[in-house]
Amino acid sequence: MRPTNFTRRLLYWLSVALGLVLAVVPLPEWLSPVRPDLALLAVIYWILTSPRIAGLGYAWLAGLFLDVLRGMTLGQHALGFVLVAFLAHRAQLRMRMFPILHQAGAVMLLLAAYHFVIFWTDGLTGHGYTGWNRWLPVLSGALLWPLIVAAGDTLTRRSR
Amino acid sequence: MVELSHDSRPIIGRGPPLGATFLALALASVALMVADKRYNQLEQVREWLSAATYPVQVAVDLPFRAWDWLTGSFADRSRLRQENLELTARLRLANLQLQRFAALEDENRRLRDMRVNSAGVADRVLVASIMNVDLDPFRHRVLLDKGAREGVFKGQAVLDAEGIFGQVAQVHAETAEVILLTDAEHAIPVQSNRSGLRTIAVGTGDSGRLSLPFVTGESDLRTGDLLISTGIGGVFPRGYPVAEVTRVDRTAAATFALVDARPTSQLDRNREVLLVWFAPPAEPTEPPAASEATTTAPGAMDAPREPQE
Repeated sequence: MRPTNFTRRLLYWLSVALGLVLAVVPLPEWLSPVRPDLALLAVIYWILTSPRIAGLGYAWLAGLFLDVLRGMTLGQHALGFVLVAFLAHRAQLRMRMFPILHQAGAVMLLLAAYHFVIFWTDGLTGHGYTGWNRWLPVLSGALLWPLIVAAGDTLTRRSR
Repeated sequence: MVELSHDSRPIIGRGPPLGATFLALALASVALMVADKRYNQLEQVREWLSAATYPVQVAVDLPFRAWDWLTGSFADRSRLRQENLELTARLRLANLQLQRFAALEDENRRLRDMRVNSAGVADRVLVASIMNVDLDPFRHRVLLDKGAREGVFKGQAVLDAEGIFGQVAQVHAETAEVILLTDAEHAIPVQSNRSGLRTIAVGTGDSGRLSLPFVTGESDLRTGDLLISTGIGGVFPRGYPVAEVTRVDRTAAATFALVDARPTSQLDRNREVLLVWFAPPAEPTEPPAASEATTTAPGAMDAPREPQE
């Protein structure tokens, strides 16, 4: 019981950290607005599969780290991350039962909530960018969700 | 009736309820945002946290730098020769122009000295390169590989070979974040090189376009005018090219003309930029006897909006 938990915890931390690194890897300019929020998707995935390990604290820290990494107002991404983590925790018993496409739809709602928080706090701190393409990551993240689940499941099966 | 709890953490040692944790963390985020944005209290915290993010940024930047180095060191001889020839030609041309400018600069400095206003000429530069790290795609910020350790400070002017690039918005130990001219939060005091008209160029958030919102309908500004920095506000050195006016729309009904300009520096293409130190604009403390004492201070006619971060 103990070692499995430990490896899972490690995998959780590593996957979120990897997502954070990928959040600042340079992409071509046309692709940059589409960049999915991999760290947040990893957080959602781990909350759905092993909610006993993935708590809110680490999600919050990951968001704070992203704030520093991107030079945003401290706390913006942290608030978004902790909100999504909380909602995912509340809904995880239901969301685990959903077929994968249905689940992707639910993830899209979570991502939309996250981007709304960012949009809203951006507006409050005076960086309002109101173009439609700031909502693209919601779509790309939802489209990527089945892949994330497939990759995560393969990984955890091996580590078990 | 059994009610399923949403909380599936172990019952023993599960800590505070989820809702409470969420509320505490959410409040903490809001407090952070307020402290950071409203009171600017978190410079030190950001400094510590950026010590943790620096390795990530370097790790992301490294492959690109290694690729540059590889292609640079294995470039074939003929290409290097070609490049060398081109550079020599450009250097010769630049030297020719410099000879002319040296005389002009001397003369200018003498004339300025008479007016006690030799400030604003760049006297020390440091070359920095832009790191291959993507910040927010909707804000025009870049990360430089020089930081507080090299003496970079907040509000420092950043130039490139073609003109003014931006200013330092945040300094960390090893890196510095630069806000570009075109960021929607940036404003710079400028002057038309032809007519001497002073105004302010504001970023639009659109790379390749600045807007000049405070130009009245009858002011003397034309398409093609070169806008140079005025040095008012003390952030940017004076006399460097900023932008070229691309559009002037005057309507009889409106008080202000619609004016757009294109930055002269290569904001989206450059890898290397210059950090500039210059003597801060000195207050005319002791006006020499030669100059008339009644001249109005430069910039008295338009209050410069401090380029804000």
